[in-house]
Amino acid sequence: MKHVNLPYITKITDSRIEARGIKTLLFRYPRAVDPGQFFMIWIPGVDEIPMSVSYISQDIKGITFRRVGDATTALYKLKPDDMIGIRGPYGNGFRIDGKHILFVAGGTGIATLAPAIEKAISKGIASTVVIGAKTYEEIFFEERLKNHNAKIHISTDDGSRGYKGYASDLSKQILNKKRERFNSIITCGPEPMMKKLLETCGDIPLQASLERYMKCCIGLCGQCCIGEGLRVCVEGPVFDGKTLKNIEDFGVYRRDPTGRKIRILG
Amino acid sequence: MDISTTISSIKLKNPTILASGIMDEDAGSMQRIIKRGGVGAVVTKSIGLTARRGYPNPTVIELEHGILNAMGLPNPGIDHYGEEIEKIKHLQTPIIGSIYGANPDEFIELSRRMEDLDVDALELNLSCPHTKKYGLEIGCDPYLVRKITCAVKENVSIPVFIKLSPNVTSIIELAKMAEEAGADAIVAINTVKAMKINIDLRRPILSNKIGGYSGKAIMPIGVRCVYEIAENIQIPIIGVGGITTGEDAIEYFMAGASAVQIGSGVYYRGIDIFKTVCSEIENWMKKHGYKKLSDLIGVAHI
Ligand SMILES: Cc1cc2nc3c(=O)[nH]c(=O)nc-3n(C[C@H](O)[C@H](O)[C@H](O)COP(=O)(O)OP(=O)(O)OC[C@H]3O[C@@H](n4cnc5c(N)ncnc54)[C@H](O)[C@@H]3O)c2cc1C
Ligand SMILES: Cc1cc2nc3c(=O)[nH]c(=O)nc-3n(C[C@H](O)[C@H](O)[C@H](O)COP(=O)(O)O)c2cc1C
Ligand code: FES
Repeated sequence: MKHVNLPYITKITDSRIEARGIKTLLFRYPRAVDPGQFFMIWIPGVDEIPMSVSYISQDIKGITFRRVGDATTALYKLKPDDMIGIRGPYGNGFRIDGKHILFVAGGTGIATLAPAIEKAISKGIASTVVIGAKTYEEIFFEERLKNHNAKIHISTDDGSRGYKGYASDLSKQILNKKRERFNSIITCGPEPMMKKLLETCGDIPLQASLERYMKCCIGLCGQCCIGEGLRVCVEGPVFDGKTLKNIEDFGVYRRDPTGRKIRILG
Repeated sequence: MDISTTISSIKLKNPTILASGIMDEDAGSMQRIIKRGGVGAVVTKSIGLTARRGYPNPTVIELEHGILNAMGLPNPGIDHYGEEIEKIKHLQTPIIGSIYGANPDEFIELSRRMEDLDVDALELNLSCPHTKKYGLEIGCDPYLVRKITCAVKENVSIPVFIKLSPNVTSIIELAKMAEEAGADAIVAINTVKAMKINIDLRRPILSNKIGGYSGKAIMPIGVRCVYEIAENIQIPIIGVGGITTGEDAIEYFMAGASAVQIGSGVYYRGIDIFKTVCSEIENWMKKHGYKKLSDLIGVAHI
């Protein structure tokens, strides 16, 4: 395991369906990884894509993803004993401290947040979690986190379970209740949702995990840059609210693989 | 201590330049390199007439002694890239516009468009080693190098630099052709054609299979190319390939380079490598009794 930036070939040890169109793959990867960091996953002959770590143990690591296009469909089809290449971990990860953290996940964002929530709880930090999904069939990791004693709130866009509306709106309600005092907010999900959260969180420090198209992940190619040359693959993917307030493109623009700006759909 | 340098009509406050393709896809990254990195000039990403996605990943991997990439010339196209250049002009650091095309007409069109954007000089990428129809496929033919250089020179008034590849039988011949055609400087070298196979999977790792090797491993190749070119032409040379320290840069100056570009070094030593290399150059010069960088250029030609 000498070179961090060269794919390490490993076998899938286990896989499971977490919810509709959402799958976890576990594999042996004996390198230290922090919650909020991510891997580049090489699916030979198909693509290499960024994926947050969703399970962390000494030897075994996992990723949890939604089937959206070619690469994730190819990943979805893999079975135990199939081989993939892994490089990383990349990025900074979350800062997990304080007495009470509000975690806000939208869509597959809960895959990125789950190990952070587990770490918070193991450090004795009270953890309130908002899990937002389009519909009840796409909610996952609820049981996993309940078992760790996280306080869970659910929202669905179609109202099929829990609060009807966006995770950011439900979070606003929770924040408005004076009884709840949070030292920090940690979020991962669609950018417009995270942007709304940033606008409503007042002076509670916020950390948000961003996604940008990635290629090198070693800070050279510039593909993932936001603001004044901040590399999401190196200085991110987790940025604090103060930094994000100065980034015009946050929640508005991302760049496609050619480098052209495209609007983020709200 | 004077570490300023001049390439054609371009004055650089220091001899370190950001190499093409590194942190230069958007204005923000170049802004960071200029404001925090301390560069003497920046080269833009190589820009073409239309947008290109480049190759699928994997496009970049790190090997033991260098970086292997096959990006495939991704870029937003000249229509969109203009706004990025507009946003960094006020920073008063020379901007060198890198362009690539498939034939002389494309180069003419692109160089005019770049000149309209008010860049300080042009760098013609005749050396990308892994993209069909472009780069090295043109840059290994001395007659095409001459034709393209002539065509561009006739159409713009800003200085024109020609970036060459080491993957040729004689880089000297190419440099001579470029000089004859009126080039204002030679940039050497682009990446070295290379491959990495994963033996467990029995397949090349890069999606394009073949890529270009950069970083520490290629430094002796770059130094040799600059040295050979310097023996044969009069126009200035910009040295590039494997530079990570001030002493590396000094080796290039001694081989005959008037300035250096740094690419992969941004990975090895971070964004402010330009500042660091400059202070290392100054320290070396102080220690060895040099007051002017120009006194070092070409001294190894014994
Ligand atoms: C740091 C980071 C962590 C991520 N973690 C997760 C996760 O835990 N779970 C999860 O389901 N998804 C995660 N993603 C998103 C995931 O990378 C994309 O869903 C995946 O790349 C889609 O590939 P595809 O070929 O299946 O889809 P495509 O049809 O190719 O693309 C679908 C979308 O994915 C984006 N995408 C494709 N390739 C890349 C790339 N190389 N880099 C970034 N985005 C890309 C496209 O821009 C597009 O918006 C993460 C992304 C980043 C940047
Ligand atoms: C990721 C990457 C992208 C590159 N893109 C370009 C490019 O678009 N145009 C170009 O002329 N050279 C490109 N190069 C080559 C560099 O400009 C430089 O010539 C080469 O990397 C050697 O210098 P180095 O060892 O300091 O990196 C690229 C190199 C790398 C590593
Ligand atoms: S992906 Fe290349 S700099 Fe971040």
